[in-house]
Amino acid sequence: MSGPAASSPVQSPPRARAMRFVRRWGSWLIPVAAALLLWLWSAVFGGFDLGARTAYTLTGFLKEVAVFLPAMFILVGLFDVWVPRRMVERHVGSAAGPLAIVWMLLLGTLQAGPLYGAFPVAVALYRKGASLRNVFIYLGAFSGLKIPMLTFEVGFLGWRFSVVRATVTVVVFVPLAYLLERVLPAGTRLPEVTPGEKTERPNAQPQEVSS
Amino acid sequence: MVDLEQGILAVRHDPEGRWDGSSVEIMLSVVGFALVASFIASRRKTLAGGLRGLKMCWAILPMLLGLIAGVSIILAAVPPASLARVIGGEGPLPFVIALLVGSVALIPGVVAYPLAALLRDQGASTPVLAAFITTLMMVGIVTLPLEIRFLGRRVALLRNALAFGGAVIVAVVMAVVVP
Repeated sequence: MSGPAASSPVQSPPRARAMRFVRRWGSWLIPVAAALLLWLWSAVFGGFDLGARTAYTLTGFLKEVAVFLPAMFILVGLFDVWVPRRMVERHVGSAAGPLAIVWMLLLGTLQAGPLYGAFPVAVALYRKGASLRNVFIYLGAFSGLKIPMLTFEVGFLGWRFSVVRATVTVVVFVPLAYLLERVLPAGTRLPEVTPGEKTERPNAQPQEVSS
Repeated sequence: MVDLEQGILAVRHDPEGRWDGSSVEIMLSVVGFALVASFIASRRKTLAGGLRGLKMCWAILPMLLGLIAGVSIILAAVPPASLARVIGGEGPLPFVIALLVGSVALIPGVVAYPLAALLRDQGASTPVLAAFITTLMMVGIVTLPLEIRFLGRRVALLRNALAFGGAVIVAVVMAVVVP
């Protein structure tokens, strides 16, 4: 706080950087700080069970995020630059037939990872012309029928349970996706801007709309 | 046997050494293959696509880390033993609790299935397990802020509400089919 230099915007990089940091993290900083404090507490004083367990849980999650998040997003980015909109529109667009269900189920089951990794894929599909119902079928297949997860489920809960659960899930959730599309007001659109892109949108939208 | 008084994530340790299903290797090899193929086809496009993806990833990182940190504290505070006590009983109450816990919780599949097997050993019935697993997979109250950011408020809320209804149907059908 000394002299005229402090008033110049370039002169206070630490404070500006701190402000940007706080704005970027917002209230999400609270749980992160709480978890780190619990962790630190148990590390310094020892014998504090909750802290140790939090640290254990958090590192487990962090490992998952570190592997799946960049991987998932890189796939989404590659999908974005390589797959032509026309192709997506023809196979899983709003005019596509019931074969689209098979495509979406295949796509969903052949993936791996947590559900939050599927949202960017769903949005990418939608942007390329997939209809909302097919996006929902994809999300359903991803969350309930991933093959890597199914093999794991069979190991723990047995064939009978897994096969019946998976079958019932398909039978219930495919109609639900259609219902969801019907329930939503006509012309419902997903958000135009997803996190991470601000300026690219306008020119990223291709011209062709109908085939 | 797993220590029931530890945090839920401790269930991850499987004494029988079954494959942990984390599918890290699968994911990495798929991405690696895609990257190499894309790079051979066009260096410029690969860079553009990869960068776009990483930018998105960076943008949601604070929210995701916040969610994960919060969930970690909650999961650490809830020992599986107490979950087993409320879910293991008879009647409709365990069913309702399984639906609610499954909807709220964010538990990776790596932990969810051992946990479900544990709950079964503690007396949870098939429909209760189906309710728990289906809501766990399809309904995400904790990840709702993230889902809203991608799908929008209306779509995200409706999807979760319908998925909850679907989970109830799945569980009821399971009760009839698998006694």
